[in-house]
Parts: sequence; structure tokens; C-alpha cells
Amino acid sequence: MNMTTHRRCQLTIIAEYVLESRLVAVVAHHGAHGYTVHEVRGGSFSAEGERQRDGAGETLRTIEMKVICDRPVAEAISAQVIEDFGRNFSVRLMLSDVEVFRPGKY
Amino acid sequence: MDPLILLFALGVIARLARSDLRFPEPVYEALSIYLLLAIGLKGGVELSHQSFGNVLLPAVSVLVLGFLIPFVLFPVLRGIVRLNQADAASVAAHYGSVSVVTFAIASAYLERKGIRAESFMPVLLALMEAPGIIAGVILARQAGAKGGSVMHEVLVNKGIVLLAGGIVIGLLIGSEGFASLKPLFGDLFRGILALYLLELGLVVGGRVPELRRSGARLIGFGILTPLVMGVAGLLIGHWIVGLSQGGAVIFGVLLASASYIAAPAAMRMAVPEANPALGISASLAVTFPFNVFVNIPLLYRLGDLL
Repeated sequence: MNMTTHRRCQLTIIAEYVLESRLVAVVAHHGAHGYTVHEVRGGSFSAEGERQRDGAGETLRTIEMKVICDRPVAEAISAQVIEDFGRNFSVRLMLSDVEVFRPGKY
Repeated sequence: MDPLILLFALGVIARLARSDLRFPEPVYEALSIYLLLAIGLKGGVELSHQSFGNVLLPAVSVLVLGFLIPFVLFPVLRGIVRLNQADAASVAAHYGSVSVVTFAIASAYLERKGIRAESFMPVLLALMEAPGIIAGVILARQAGAKGGSVMHEVLVNKGIVLLAGGIVIGLLIGSEGFASLKPLFGDLFRGILALYLLELGLVVGGRVPELRRSGARLIGFGILTPLVMGVAGLLIGHWIVGLSQGGAVIFGVLLASASYIAAPAAMRMAVPEANPALGISASLAVTFPFNVFVNIPLLYRLGDLL
């Protein structure tokens, strides 16, 4: 069976656990239809040494949020996340092209 | 030797030795929910045998002291520890609030020594969670921090919901209703606290590298603050609030302990420009072990002299 697919944009946000409810509010505000969140672990390497974000407690945990939407929506969400949280929080944002089967869902 | 302390030490050593031992996050979460609820429930059941008039003065005292502590510590953190305003406000909030596990260890310690504290102590614990954090937010605002509003989150954080909720449920069900819960929330308490301390040891061990970066002044602050606050709390608890020997020791421990769950999360949002590592490292990696190994036995000895 040959199924038709449609191009959408996937925005991936890796951020501090404490930001989850704020990120959900931003995503909803810009009109995305939904999101997925799961917890991840990670760390970083810098001149100051290795930092691991894998501890217990909310300030040491990390989430990854995925939002599939139209590109302008993803860009608007990204711009606001960087504006609101980019300076003082650990936040990473990535955009990628994905193919979906039911475009009305996104 | 106290098995609780030995398990905590095992956790620290395992982490420092880079062992692969790790608790899954949901297990840690479940253990902390259990501990908070168990302390609340047992406190509520004990309280159901008491009259409310006795609780009023101690309750007002912890609300006022919890709120004032950050204002006292803020100038110390600015002038002596030399932190910037945002960091000083954030760390001050950690020390205004309380550590539930330090409270649990102190209670277990007194129990082993055969000394009883007033049954309303868990109520004081629940009341003292929030005021210090609110004071920290006010200090940060005065310093020009532009964080979001966190009042709602502070007042409904899981610590307060479970402790206060447990106390109310304990009050309503009394000893009779608690009988069916006792196997889980009473008999298993020490064992589950021991498991939690193993995990906490792993977390503390992981903070040691961070601690080296935060400097000797903050480490000194993390030791001297609980020492001074603990003794002050013991004396205030005994002479002004009129608590028994055991009650005054726990009162001192409440003032001496620093939050490492509720305060870090709240201050992260209220004062985003503050370095979150400072508060957690000081409260968890310095003050918590200091309280457990030195301060609780010390306050117990001093309490003996009262």
C-alpha cells in the first residue's frame, strides 16, 4: 500500500525539568496541537570541568519535549523560549523535518 | 552505630568511587512521597490526642522564624561569603526553609535515646517549609530579580501537600483508623528511610566536585549557620516557646536544617539568574551531613544540660 505523507516540522527542546509547565504554556500559546515530554539524562563538558545533570531532585533533572507543527509555529515557539529562558536556563532547541500521515493532527 | 547514617555514608562512598549504583528516578520520587506522607500521618494521629491550644505559640514561632532567617542570613551571604544579590537571596531561602529528612533522622535519634518530643512537631515541620522560600523571593525582588511568580507553586508543592494532607488525614482517622495503615506507614518507616538515605548519599557524593567550585566561604557558611541556628533554636524552643527537652532539640534541628527539594525548585524559577548549584551544594552536601553527623548529637547533649 502506498501511503501519502506530509511534511511538518519537529521542534525538539531539551531543558531543565522545572521549565516543563512554562514550556507547555508557550507551546499552547503559539497554537501547536500537542506535545510529548520525557525525562532524559545528560551532561556537559567545559573548561570548568564535567557537569552531569542526572541527580535526584527537580533542579537536577532534564526533560526532552517534542512538538510537531508547521514551521512558522515552531519558529515562533523557539523565539519565545530563547527570549524567556535562554539567558538563565539550560535550554537546547533543534528543528528537523519529519513526515506525518495525518496532517490535520498537527 | 546508627544504620541510617551508615547507609548514607555507603551512598557517598559508592558515588565517589564511581560505582554504577543508581536509584531510578521514579523510585526516588516514590520514596520521598512515602516519607512525607508517613511523617504527616503519624503526626496527625499523635495530634488527635492533643488539645490545639498547645500548638499555637510553637506554630506562630516557626512561621515568624522561618520568614526572618533569610533576612538575617542575606547580609552574611553578601558581605562575608561574597555572593551577588541573586545568589545570596537564593541561598538564604534554602536556609529559611527546612529539610524533612533531617527532621526524620533527628526524631529517630531521639527515639533511640528514649526521649520524646511534643507530638505536634510534624505540624511545625509542615508550617516551616514555605515562609523561608517566600522571604527569599522578597529578597530577590528587592535585588531586582525578574523571575516569574512562584507563590502558587510554593504553597502547593508536594512537600506541603503531603505533610499537611497527611496531618489532616491522621487527625481525622485517629489511632483506630491508622491501625490498618500502620504496617506500611509505621513499621516500615525506618527501613524505607534507610533506603532513601542510601540514595541521598549517592546524590551528595555527586555534589562533591561542584562543592570544590563553590569555595571555602560557602562551605564555612554551610557549617557555621546550622551550628548557630541550632543552638539558637534549642534555646528559643526551650525558654521562649516552652518546649520539652526533646521538643527543643527538634526545634533547633528545624532552624538548623536547610531545604534541598522545595527551595531549589522554587528559587530556580523565582531567581533564574542565581546559580542553582550554590544553594543545593551548601544545603545538601555540607549542611545536611553536618547536621546528621555533628549537630543532632550536639544539640541532644546541649539539650541534656537545659
